[in-house]
Amino acid sequence: MIEVRDLHKAFGTVKAVDGVSFKARDGEITGLLGPNGAGKTTTLRMLYTLMTPDRGQVLVDGIDAAQDALAVRRELGVLPDARGLYKRLTARENIDYFARLHGLPEDLLDSRREALVKALDMADIADRRTEGFSQGQRVKTAIARALIHDPRNVILDEPTNGLDVMATRGLRQFMQHLKSEGRCVLFSSHIMQEVGALCDRIVVIANGRVVADETPAALREQTGEANLEDAFVKIIGSEEGLAA
Amino acid sequence: MNMKTTTPIMRTRAFVTVFMKEVRENLRDRRTITSAFLTGPLLGPIIMVMLLNITLNRQLDKAEKPLPVPVSGAEYAPNLINALKAEGIVPKPAIANPELAVRKQDADVVLRISPDYATAWRKGEAVQVELIYDSSQRDANASVDRLSSVVETYARQQGAMRLVSRGLSPSTAWPVVAAKRDQATAQARAALVFSILPYFFVLTVFMGGMYLAIDLTAGERERQSLEPLFANPVPRWKILAGKLGAICTFSAASLLISLVAFGVVGRFVPTEKLGMELNLGLGFSGQVLLLMLPLIVLLAALQSMVAAFAKSYREAQMYVSLLMFVPILPSILLSTMPIKAQGWMYAVPLLGQHLGIMQLLRGDGVTPEQLGLCLIGSLAASVLGVLVTARLYRSERLAISG
Repeated sequence: MIEVRDLHKAFGTVKAVDGVSFKARDGEITGLLGPNGAGKTTTLRMLYTLMTPDRGQVLVDGIDAAQDALAVRRELGVLPDARGLYKRLTARENIDYFARLHGLPEDLLDSRREALVKALDMADIADRRTEGFSQGQRVKTAIARALIHDPRNVILDEPTNGLDVMATRGLRQFMQHLKSEGRCVLFSSHIMQEVGALCDRIVVIANGRVVADETPAALREQTGEANLEDAFVKIIGSEEGLAA
Repeated sequence: MNMKTTTPIMRTRAFVTVFMKEVRENLRDRRTITSAFLTGPLLGPIIMVMLLNITLNRQLDKAEKPLPVPVSGAEYAPNLINALKAEGIVPKPAIANPELAVRKQDADVVLRISPDYATAWRKGEAVQVELIYDSSQRDANASVDRLSSVVETYARQQGAMRLVSRGLSPSTAWPVVAAKRDQATAQARAALVFSILPYFFVLTVFMGGMYLAIDLTAGERERQSLEPLFANPVPRWKILAGKLGAICTFSAASLLISLVAFGVVGRFVPTEKLGMELNLGLGFSGQVLLLMLPLIVLLAALQSMVAAFAKSYREAQMYVSLLMFVPILPSILLSTMPIKAQGWMYAVPLLGQHLGIMQLLRGDGVTPEQLGLCLIGSLAASVLGVLVTARLYRSERLAISG
């Protein structure tokens, strides 16, 4: 369970995040929806303690990020906006590196890694060096290394960015699978269909503020729009930065 | 999910994990390997061999070989010409424009004897012969010195004979004679030639770690892998420590290869021909290694610091290349102004190492105080460097690419 209370973050005079609060519950997929530049990535970066909020509180499974950042990171599996791999290492070695940084014992590491390789359908690329990987292969490797320590909470920053249709479908199924395991899944996106199809709850962010926090059905009802995309436009009040 | 019990294991493993991963990854990079284990450490010994060979051959050549000198007016001074021939100088026919020939390097030096030589000689007056040369042609200087000393010796002999024929002792004409007593030991003479050596060692350490330092901060950020790395439950200073450890390992390996190469080269350089003695054996290598140890850490920290400031890999490469000029400073300083080494200088990083290695090369050895000052001074600087870099690593911006 991830809880965010009244987060603020400014870069110089630009208020990137200006009072964001929401909850992402276990066994649910929560979508952070918003146009480009709305403050999604900055919000997530404060969640996984890469940045310190100017004001506000981040709680992961009840642990305050300001009090114990390392403990928070232990409870999180993160696919950041930047998802670079080590190109001179194989996919397996990339995953193992993060596993060891998490302090995973070697025997557990093996079984966890192989389970993820199977679940993400990447057995054919696991022993290849990651140089020259396709976007899809790269995202799979990055997700596997993010989840190697079996975290209860999973944060994915625009996970389907740059993926083709098949890879996107595969990733959505994987997210459903994570949800069915009872994990708390929080992901950001600017794509309507994706959020509508996957999420139990949608948090809409615009200009650094939460403008809606509802189930997809309630969102449609509230705006009186049957189409989620139209509902979204109505909520944020402009079509700027939208992508279908 | 009780992570608390696994915490002690993680403490010890994070450093080793980062260190092992960086070493393994960089051992797979051909450019890093070439720079750290081949060009970096072997550049110094190769340049040294080439320089020494050129110097040796030149000096030996000039001393032993017959020296051809165009002479104009040879017919006016047959005795002088005979004296020149006896000393291995071969008179050649006169050339049209000696001044131009010398400037064009057609001849190292030209001797001109004026037609009134014979008349003046017979009258017992002082006569003049001209040596025409270009002192900016350094190559010719040995020839000029040789010819002029032969001419002077001849003049002195003749002068002495004239005095004797007049019943005077030759010492009336030369009441004071300067006798040169060179106190430079054979090793000290070698040190003069090898004064560039300390810089080579520093350069080797620098090049050994350079690519790693750039790759591990600016490179990792540019490839967008720093942000996911920092999302792991490991404090950033431990990640930095692992990376610095990897950089130090590579630069230390580089230095080791270089020392071995110098040791091998030292055996084959015929330094005794130059009247020098050179000991680049195990004792020397061991002491150089000890002197350089704190510098390895300092340079690793400085390189990482500079690379962390850069926005991109290319920018980091530029900054680090500029940083490479810093270690040259003490070498230039000491070779252009011959400062007498003061005790405190040993405590200055780079300068201390330079002085210490020079002492070792001269065969004087390093005293425990000098060694202590050098180690403490450089160690303090490297601790400071590491702390500043660690502080830089804490910054929020460091991880964010683009």
